[in-house]
This record gives sequence, C-alpha cells and structure tokens, in this order.
Amino acid sequence: MDPAFYIAAAIAILSTLMVITRYNIMHALLYLVVSLLAVAVVLYMYGAPFMAALEVIVYAGAIMVLLIFFVMMLNLGKESAERERGWLKPRIWIFPSLLCIILLGELVFLVLQNRQPVSDVIIVNPKDVGMALFGPYIIAVELTGILLMAGIVGAYHLGRQKQKTLHRFLENTEV
Amino acid sequence: MLPALIPVIPFLSAFILMLGWKQLSRAAVAVIGCGSIALSAAVAIGIAAQFAANGEQAIQQHVWTWLQAGGFRAGVDFRMDALSVVFVLVITIVGFLIHVYAAGYMHDEPDYSRFFACMNLFVGAMLVLVMADNLLLLYFGWEGVGLCSYLLIGFWYKDPANGYAARKAFIVTRVGDTAMGIALFMLFQYTGTLHIQNILESATQLWSKGDPTITLIALLLLGGAVGKSAQLPLQTWLPDAMAGPTPVSALIHAATMVTAGVYLIARTHTLFELAPAAQTTTAVIGAITLVLAGFSALVQTDIKRVLAYSTVSQIGYMFLALGCGAWSAAVFHFVTHAFFKALLFMGAGAIIVALHHEQDMFKMGGLKKQLRAVYWVFLIGSASLAAIPFVTAGFYSKDQIIWLSWSAAGGHVGFWLAALLGALLTGMYTFRMFFLVFYGDIKTKVHHRPGNSMMIPLYILAVLSTVAGFIELPHTLGHVTLFSNWLLPVLPAVTVLQESAILEWTSQGLSALLALSGIGLAYAWVVIHPKGMVDFLEMPAILWFRGFWARGWDFDKLYDVLLVRPYVYLSRINKRDLVDKLYTGLAQLMQWCHHMLARTQSGLLRWYILGVVLGAVAILSVLIWRIYI
Amino acid sequence: MNVHPTTAGMLLAGVLFVLGLISILVRRDIIFMLLSVEIMLNAAGLAFVVASSHWGTADGQVMFMFILAMAAAEVSVGLALILQLYHQLKTLDSDEASKMNG
Repeated sequence: MDPAFYIAAAIAILSTLMVITRYNIMHALLYLVVSLLAVAVVLYMYGAPFMAALEVIVYAGAIMVLLIFFVMMLNLGKESAERERGWLKPRIWIFPSLLCIILLGELVFLVLQNRQPVSDVIIVNPKDVGMALFGPYIIAVELTGILLMAGIVGAYHLGRQKQKTLHRFLENTEV
Repeated sequence: MLPALIPVIPFLSAFILMLGWKQLSRAAVAVIGCGSIALSAAVAIGIAAQFAANGEQAIQQHVWTWLQAGGFRAGVDFRMDALSVVFVLVITIVGFLIHVYAAGYMHDEPDYSRFFACMNLFVGAMLVLVMADNLLLLYFGWEGVGLCSYLLIGFWYKDPANGYAARKAFIVTRVGDTAMGIALFMLFQYTGTLHIQNILESATQLWSKGDPTITLIALLLLGGAVGKSAQLPLQTWLPDAMAGPTPVSALIHAATMVTAGVYLIARTHTLFELAPAAQTTTAVIGAITLVLAGFSALVQTDIKRVLAYSTVSQIGYMFLALGCGAWSAAVFHFVTHAFFKALLFMGAGAIIVALHHEQDMFKMGGLKKQLRAVYWVFLIGSASLAAIPFVTAGFYSKDQIIWLSWSAAGGHVGFWLAALLGALLTGMYTFRMFFLVFYGDIKTKVHHRPGNSMMIPLYILAVLSTVAGFIELPHTLGHVTLFSNWLLPVLPAVTVLQESAILEWTSQGLSALLALSGIGLAYAWVVIHPKGMVDFLEMPAILWFRGFWARGWDFDKLYDVLLVRPYVYLSRINKRDLVDKLYTGLAQLMQWCHHMLARTQSGLLRWYILGVVLGAVAILSVLIWRIYI
Repeated sequence: MNVHPTTAGMLLAGVLFVLGLISILVRRDIIFMLLSVEIMLNAAGLAFVVASSHWGTADGQVMFMFILAMAAAEVSVGLALILQLYHQLKTLDSDEASKMNG
C-alpha cells in the first residue's frame, strides 16, 4: 500500500484516540472531524472518490456541524469538562477497554486469515454506484428516503419544547 | 304421557323459585312450590295407571344422550317399572303433602322461596334417582339429593351448629358415595355398560354365585346404600340432620331420601343374589342397626331425635329384609314407613310449633286436651310405628319382615330375635315419647294451634298409615298379595323355607305381644309411675347407659378418635404441604433466578452495551475456536 | 511492507470501530455516546467500501451511502432525544436515565 494510506490511517487512529480521551466535548468533535477527513482520504485511496466526497460533505460537513451547533446551543462549558474528568477514571475504563482490545484482537486475527494473493485496488466508478443504487437497490433508496423523512418528523416532534400553558387563565394548570 | 315430566316439573319450579325469590309473593311461592309437586304427582298417577293398564310393561323414555365416549354411553334415560312406580308415587304424594304442610309450617320464614326451591330441587333429584335407567344418572340423582340434604339441614345457616350438622351429613354420606362410585367403575369395567337392565342381564352370565369380584361390587354398592340410608357404620349423620326445619326432616330424613339405599339394593338385587356374603352383610347391618338405634331412641329427650333414631331403626328393618331376600317386604315397609314417619314428623312439627319451638319432651306434657286433633293423628302414627296388630299398616309390613327374617332363604334365627327385640324397643320408645308428650302435667302452654294447611296433610297421612297395610296381608290373615304381585316383574318372590302356619302365627303373636308389652312398659313408667321411673333412671349404671345410648353408642367419639383426629393431626403435619415442597421449591428457584436476571436490567445504558460486547466477544471466540483451532 | 490492501483497510476499520466501542462503554455523557456511535458507523462504512474495492462491485459503496443516510437520520433524532432528556433531567448523564430498571 501507499505510504499515503499509512499516514492517513495513522492520522485517523490518532485523532480518534484523541476524540475518545478528550474531556471537552468541543475538542473531541473537532478531532472527530479530523478523523473523518483522514478516513475520507483512505476512501479515496480505495477507489471510491465519490464516497470520499460524501464523507467530507455529509459526515464532516453536515453531521459534525450539526453536533457542534447542538453543543453550542446547550452551552456546555467548563463544568461539563470537569465532570467528564471526574468520570474518566482508570478504574472505570480499564475493564471495558481490555474487553474491546480482546474483540479487536479477534477481529485482527480474522482479517489476517485472508490468504488471497496481493492485488491492486479495484476502482469502482461512481456511475456504477449510481446504476446499482437506482437499479437493484431502488427499494432500499426509497426506504432510506422514508427513513430520512421519519428522522425529520421525529426530530421535529421530539425537539419541540413542551407547551406549558394553553391560555393565560390556565397558566397554573399543567398540560 | 312422558315420564320425563315427573322430575322436570319440580326442577323447573325450583329454578323459577331460585330466580324469582325477590319478585314472587309468599302466596305465589307456596303455590308454585306445592303446585309443581302436585302436578308431578298427577303425572305420576297418570303414568302409573297407564303402566298398570298395559300389564306392567316398563315405560322407557330417552331424553337425550348425555355422554358418549368410545364404548361408553350414558343417556338421560328414564325407565318406569313396578319398583320405580312405587317409589315415584310415594315420593310425589308424600312429598306433596309435606309441601302443603311446609307452606303452613314455614309461614314466618323470611327465606320462604329458598326453602321451597331446595325442597323442589330435592324432589326432582330424588325422582331422577328412582327413575334413572342407567347408574350414572342414578348417581346424579343420588348426589343431587345429597346436595339438597346439605342445603336443607343447613337451612338456618346463621347458627354454626346447623352448618356443622350439614357438613357432617354431607361428608359422612360422601364416604358411602365414594364406595358406590368405585362400584360403578368396576361394573363398567366388567360389563362395559352402566345401563341397569344390561348389567342385571349380563351379571348372571359374567359371574357365578359367590364370585369375589361381584361380592366386592355388591359390598361397595352396599357401602353407598349404607351411607345414604344411615345404617351402621355411617349412621351418625342422621340424628344431627334434625337441625333442619321439621318438614325437611319429614321429607328427606324420614320418608324419601334415606330410603334411597333401599331402592339401590332392591334395584340391583340380582347382583346381591350373586353375592350371598354381601347379602348376609346387609342383613347383619340391618339387624344390628335396628337394635342399636332402638336403644338410642329410648333415651333421647329431643322429640325429633327420637324420630330420627326410629328412622334409622326402621330402615334397619328394611335392610334386614333386603338381606334376607325379602325384597318386596322391604319395599312394602318403605311405603308404610314413609306414610307413618312423615305423619309422625309433621305431627311432632305441629307440636313444636304449638309450644313455641320447644323440642324437649320433658318440657311437654298434657297436650292431649289442648291439641286434640294432633293427639289423634299422632296416636295413629305411633301405633303404626309400634306395629299395633291388625289395624295399622306398620304391623303388616313389619311383621312380614320379622317372619321372613327367620323363614326366608337368607334368614336366620338370630335375625329374627334381633327383629323381635327391635319390635319391643319400638313399642317402648314410641309410646314413651307419646305418653311424655300427651299425658302427665302441662308444662308448656300451647300458644299457637296448627292451621288447616298443616292439619289436612296429617289427616290424609293418618288414613294412609292405616289403609296402606291392607294391600298386603300375611298368609295367616287373609293372604292378600297385591303389593308383592305388583312388584313381581321386578323383584322375585321371596323363597320361604319354612312354610309353617303355626310358626308364622307364633312369630306374629310374639311380635305383637312384644310391641304391646313395650307400650305397656312405657305406659307403666311414664304415666303410672313417673316417680319410680326417675328413681330407676337415676341409678349410676343406668345413668351411664342412658348417656351412652343418648350419644348414639358413642360412634361420634369413636370416629373422632379413629378418623377425625388422625386426619387433623396429619393435616397439621402437612400444613406446609410436604408434597408440594418440590414444586414450590422449583417455583422459588425460578423466582430467585428471575430476581437475579431482573437485577441485570439496571436501566444503565452502558451496562446493556457491555452485554452486547460480551456477547460479540463470546460469539467470535466460539467461531475462531471452531474454525481455526 | 507488502500488506494486502483489503487487509490493511479492514484492520483500520476494525481499530476505529473498537475505539468507538471503548468510548461508548467508558463515557457517561450522552453526547459522547452519540459521538462514539458515529465513530463506529463510520468504521463500518469504511469496511464496506474496502470490501467493495476488494470485489470490484458497487454494492459496498451503496451500503456506505445507506449508512450515511442512516447516520444523518440517527443524529437528528438522537439530538432531539438528548434535548428532551436534558430538559427532563437537567443533566446529560446517561446513568441518570435509569428509571426503567427491573
């Protein structure tokens, strides 16, 4: 593989590590954006330039920005970071981490069982992706549309503030 | 006319009375309660006439098929033959008279409708019992009368003692019913049917005389009969059953239900003939019971308990007759007994009401002048019970039994002697009661004279208690055999071994003499020498016997020690249900596991994720283990 | 170093996934948990694309797009839920929201 892959992979892993160890949520989010960008590079190298673009635009661009705005809206400041510091004690993270390392070991072991000859990366055109999307996967695409719709409606419904009063005469009555 | 109507009318009326207890007026209740039995009696008389006109051809009616499973088939089938007709007529006619009487007797009772509903239900169940064509339906009626007996003994349920008496009657008769149930199972196992006629037909082919199986079956049937008819091992419930209203005692515990055992044995007489041991047992039970109950009746102070013990004693006579093979004599005694015992009970009820619910005979006395009508009918009933010769029905029926207990094929001189002793006792206790109540000093004032609705049934029964005897007269006295001829198609004639007119005369003379001397003794003690009687009775040895007999030979105590206490003790040991421990333990283990599992549901999201991760690790580990190692 | 590209990509995806998993297990702050879910989803998407390039078919990339759409919907609903939770409990501690215990 390219050295570029290793660099990108190293950046992705390192920045993800930074994400999961930050106390301040804003820092973590920014590191996550870096991580996502690094993954976008990796995607590009795996012959999926369109996916890389989507990664940057949708993930790093839209979703992360949404999260950042949300955090800003809640105005989580220093006390939140202090609390996070209080929670992240080795006593708490050591067992889950060991468990996950075991899982990783198993995954690595399984991945390394691949005995196929070394071959180059096959590039899949965005056109093929499009053909697949609107060919055999058309139903799934429609379902995804419905899912997004449901997400919008759900977010609107859940995010709505509870209306406290119906009328000024009924101010003291809970609805 | 349809035989099914006979039991259906009382059932229907019981149903109406149960549902309509709030809407119906007292008059309506009385009309429905008595009218249904009257209607039923009318139908019964019509069917009996039809039956007699057709040359005693059994009338059968299939109403519907009740159960059908494999080879087993039980229908709601009714069959009227000579035996059933006799029972149906007695039940409906005596039942009707008692209902009319009860309408007056229970006049001030708040639960008027419930009373008549239970009474009608009882009559219906009893009619099903005697008309059933298969043993399962018979068993249904059998249990139905048991239930009604329970309901009516405990009619005044607010007094716990009445509830106790009701439960006692129910449980004690249940012992016999269980035996009978086993007998039914065995009969079905061997004959493949519960149809009475088929069983009786196939029994003679299946079993030879004295076969252990048929002996066992007959003994089990006898167990059922003994329970319902209050005979020796299971007689303890009947005296306590007097806790019920007096018309109930008259109807159930004297005239009809308690004779169900007699009916059962007479109905299955073929089986008993195949099992001489069981038949002898029947006779022995009857003989012992009639003497024991006679002694108990002699020392009671409660007028109703005297009559209760005399009922036990008289049914003992019937069992003795059955055991000797004198089938029709037993049924004849049932008929006359139904008349005079109903008469006596209702007369006693009239006295009790007149004396403001006083039942102690020693607080009565001198009622001859005050209750003249009751005096005369009570005299007729007592005379019939004591078997005063020639003019009473009781004389003819009882003397037939006494004579046949010796001379019949199954008879024995011992039975004869017991029956004679019973005759003496009967005379004594009957007239002891009679003299105590009607002679001597006035101890309690009469405050209420019985009305017409109470007296008219008494008059009718008084006539019947006298006339009924003349349909069957012994060889020595006219030789009328209307009754045994009537029953001949169903019940075989008795085999008399000693056809000796002189011996028969002797037997009759002796029994008449003994009955009269019993009456004389009673008169001497109660009327002429009350002082001497008191002195005699206060002697310590006599006092002990009095107590012993009054307590019914301490059978209650015996059963208490033998059965009740061990049972209570065992149940106390088993209070925590030892057998159930295994299952409750299993349930507790499950509950413990449930609590353990419930604790894993902590509500903490991370805890659940940890579970998912652990699962993933485990699955992957297994996968790697299986594939690569 | 001549590592098979598929192997390398899968390893990267695995590492990222496990890092996200560790984070979701360790964190109590519910926003961090949502963030960790995003990391894991992203890792899964990466694995799909790597597989797609291995087989030379478009299916993996199609799946990636679906994951993307799903992540978008999930984040929007998730954030709305967090908002409600914050209003109800006045905290972002996920352990506070443990009323549904057995």
